[in-house]
Amino acid sequence: MTDIPLLEVEKLRKSFGRQIACRDVTFELWPGEVLGIVGESGSGKSTLLNCLASRLPVDAGAIRYRLAGGDSVDLVAASEAQKRHLMRTEWGFVQQHARDGLRMDFSAGANIGERLMALGGRHYGDLRQAALDWMTAVEMPPDRVDDLPRVFSGGMQQRLQIARNLVTRPRIVLMDEPTGGLDVSVQARLLDLIRRLVQDYHLAVIIVTHDLGVARLLADRLMVMRHGEVVETGLTDQLLDDPQHAYTQLLVSSVLGV
Amino acid sequence: MDMIRVENLAKSFTLHLRGGVSLPVLRDVFLSVAAGECVTLHGPSGVGKSTLLRSIYGNYRPQDGRILIRHDGTMTDIVDAEPRIVMAIRRCTLGYVSQFLRVIPRVATLDVVAEPLLARGIGAAAARARAGELLARLQIPERMWSLPPATFSGGEQQRINIARGFAAEYPVLLLDEPTASLDEQNRKIVINLINDSRARGAAIVAIVHDSETRAAIATRLFTMQSLGVAA
Repeated sequence: MTDIPLLEVEKLRKSFGRQIACRDVTFELWPGEVLGIVGESGSGKSTLLNCLASRLPVDAGAIRYRLAGGDSVDLVAASEAQKRHLMRTEWGFVQQHARDGLRMDFSAGANIGERLMALGGRHYGDLRQAALDWMTAVEMPPDRVDDLPRVFSGGMQQRLQIARNLVTRPRIVLMDEPTGGLDVSVQARLLDLIRRLVQDYHLAVIIVTHDLGVARLLADRLMVMRHGEVVETGLTDQLLDDPQHAYTQLLVSSVLGV
Repeated sequence: MDMIRVENLAKSFTLHLRGGVSLPVLRDVFLSVAAGECVTLHGPSGVGKSTLLRSIYGNYRPQDGRILIRHDGTMTDIVDAEPRIVMAIRRCTLGYVSQFLRVIPRVATLDVVAEPLLARGIGAAAARARAGELLARLQIPERMWSLPPATFSGGEQQRINIARGFAAEYPVLLLDEPTASLDEQNRKIVINLINDSRARGAAIVAIVHDSETRAAIATRLFTMQSLGVAA
């Protein structure tokens, strides 16, 4: 870990009409750190993630990101072109539903190659090799590189989505309920894969989940959101073993065996 | 040289779901532990031994007082350290061994034990070799090393957890009932591990209920009194 945060979010605010989805959210993310955002549906956690990823315009606040080159850029003020470039190079976004994050009418290999092509990758052999390598890295059989995503299982689609994001070696990956809706055994395998990828590629991750078991397994640190506000933050084990806020206590007491 | 210094520690639990009732557990706790010492916490059940141990680990968040841990040459207060500093302290300095293994799905026993070493940046081969040494010492048969421990017996999981806790040779070790539910032979092995750690200079705080183990490892007792009881 270096001594400079990768991301500094300051007083981020986002409303939908009179509904406040994020109220003055402030936090830092350090290189290689996994930050979990927990809270029930409607707490604003997915909105926060979408604001960070420049998928939603924010009303106020700053999202300062330290570029690979060392300079800092405020994504709230950055140009669309710069944001778009960052989102497909140094950032990744894994959606809950793989069909939202994949091109369902492109082969697995084309899905993986898309970001590289957007960056100017044209050599067919290189793109194909990258696809095969990344299929292997996410534990997919490389001989299915030409298959369409729809013929894959839910767990495989999710792994393909991860491969598609990691191919440009992003420094920060946002994940929105990546294991939601999967069978428990498939979920365990995916969690294990994510853990390994985080370690191997020194990824900083912000993961939104309502599953405290997933949070316990993956996150170094947690942020609890309720009604658009961060009500408590701390190391994952502190928050789950010694919750201070009434709402965190309710969350923790509502699940079995985390 | 003090490795742990607990000063004026107070910890209570506020139960918001029970009408905000507050349960005071620790008050005015002072405890120093030097390198090469093994202090065992003593007192009746419910007196706050585990609460103290978990507070030292930074797992519980006290309301008052300081808990200084010698990390990287300086005494650092784990109570108000930033999360990433607490993580660094745990990675390099502070180990915690309970009797319960938190099983990670699909991760092989050998890797469970090697993980704290890998997190420190030690190479995979060296980390696995060290993990294997500990597993062998704790009599986990080699044919089990490649399997995830989820289906192992309670005693086996406990020994794997101990192997994991001792593999990294932390300068400060916190042990919560490390020998509970182990058979005689394995208890002796763990006692030897604890004493070896102390001999290499570790500062150890332990909760042990069985008096034989306590006698075998303790260099000092720390007696705790219930807050409800007049001292």
